Amino acid sequence: MLQSPASPKPIRPGPLVVIAAVIGVAAIAFAYTAGWLSPHRLTPKKLVAALAPPGGPSLGHRRNHAKGICFTGIFEANGEGSALSKAPVFVRGQYPVVGRFNLATADANAADAMVRVRGLGISITTPGGQEWRSAMIDAPIFPVSTPQGFYALLTASASKDPNAMKNFIGAHPEFLTFVGWAKTGAWTGSYAEERYNSLDSFVFVDGSGTRHTIRWSFIPAAQPVAISPEELAKRGPDFLEQEITQRVAAGPQHWSLVITVADPGDPTADPNKAWPEDRRTVNVGTLTVQQIEPERDGPCRDINFDPTVLPSGITTSDDPFPAARSAAYSRSYNSRTAEASYYPRTATGGKQ
Amino acid sequence: MTTSRTRFAAPQRLLHWLMAVCILSMLFIGVGMVSTVAPKYLTLVQIHKPLGIAILVLALIRLALRLYYGAPALPADLPAPIKLAAELSQYIFYALMIAMPLIGWAMLSAAEYPVVLFGGVHLPSILPVSPGLHTLLWRTHHYLALAFFGLILMHFGAMLFHKLIRNDGIFETMAPVLTHDQPE
Repeated sequence: MLQSPASPKPIRPGPLVVIAAVIGVAAIAFAYTAGWLSPHRLTPKKLVAALAPPGGPSLGHRRNHAKGICFTGIFEANGEGSALSKAPVFVRGQYPVVGRFNLATADANAADAMVRVRGLGISITTPGGQEWRSAMIDAPIFPVSTPQGFYALLTASASKDPNAMKNFIGAHPEFLTFVGWAKTGAWTGSYAEERYNSLDSFVFVDGSGTRHTIRWSFIPAAQPVAISPEELAKRGPDFLEQEITQRVAAGPQHWSLVITVADPGDPTADPNKAWPEDRRTVNVGTLTVQQIEPERDGPCRDINFDPTVLPSGITTSDDPFPAARSAAYSRSYNSRTAEASYYPRTATGGKQ
Repeated sequence: MTTSRTRFAAPQRLLHWLMAVCILSMLFIGVGMVSTVAPKYLTLVQIHKPLGIAILVLALIRLALRLYYGAPALPADLPAPIKLAAELSQYIFYALMIAMPLIGWAMLSAAEYPVVLFGGVHLPSILPVSPGLHTLLWRTHHYLALAFFGLILMHFGAMLFHKLIRNDGIFETMAPVLTHDQPE
């Protein structure tokens, strides 16, 4: 028997090299894009990990602003905001709000008197399903000017190097403005007496398409009463939550939403820099907090107060923080929702 | 289902290459966006969502075209394991193209995020809010994306293998233009 003269063609090395090169280049490009080849890239993972206290994060809780309490209420727009933004939330009317008062700490069990910065998260929904989410704090400025600066602050705060903070301040002198407020700003005994500021700038787009760079603040109707930190330390670890629960049960609490419009040249990209006092402001409506609910089974628990969830008519500005916050909040949300068993709902609780 | 055609029909080839660009972009945008806190994060997320829905729509059209036109027969002399891999990979590609956007959409729904496409246009929620479902879907989305890219790398390899080593006409069934040595 003769073998068939047709034998398989010998495989030449050239094509194999081409195949390996194509696959290799594609794989390397993918790995680079994913950050696997860039250990110095500031990733959401690194930023969120840097927030964790020495004992590790509070499992099942937000990675920052971990301690908080839910509320529901309404936002009543007076119509004045429509001159600045076409967002439906500024059309005269009442819109439901889910929100959260909170403390700027990664420790869900922190004593209320120990935390300098207090926050407010809100979600306002309008008919048609558009939503405006925001997370604000009571400090008048942000501690640093850039997300990289914030990471450097977290790293320096956690460092055992005695010179770490000194070196950080040398590189980020703007932090001293924040320290000035932290040392001299008044403390109050209630979430209801705080003014909550967006700090970051955003852009309002009006009906004609004109863009206005703005910041906003929720200004309390309640008169702030200054109390010394020593006096607050004598109160219970959860006095803020107990106080706001009793206060709202006794009567709804109100804040005015005031928009501040930047002039050309104002530092719109730097939440560490306040704008001059004489900037135009517009009172666009009133937030009314009607009911307080513990977070464990409350309506704010599963909401990520991502400041880039915006209705049409509001968009981000040249401020780099909302993007960084959105990326980090998402990471925090993915972590904490995967740990829900560490923060169980009560047996009878849960959603109605 | 096969056809006597030696190439995929023109609408099938057009969709294949259009979706190749979309899906590769989508996978790079996906791994890129979750690894940065820079302002481009928001831009990437804003592309990721509508592009995912566009891929879902295109995949459904492509499935209908596939059922209508069929596919060219594989060469008779193709070894059985390669034939099996070729057929299996097509099922997996279709499953991923349809499932990935749906998982992404469901994942956002379970996390109570609005699913915003362009401007004020947004999609309804397709799942109740649930941390457990969100976690399951998020992990599935993540690992399937990595598997999808791995499958595409194998697809690259297979395509070049058929073209450069076997030169058996399979590459030409989907080639955007006819090459001179197409067997016929």
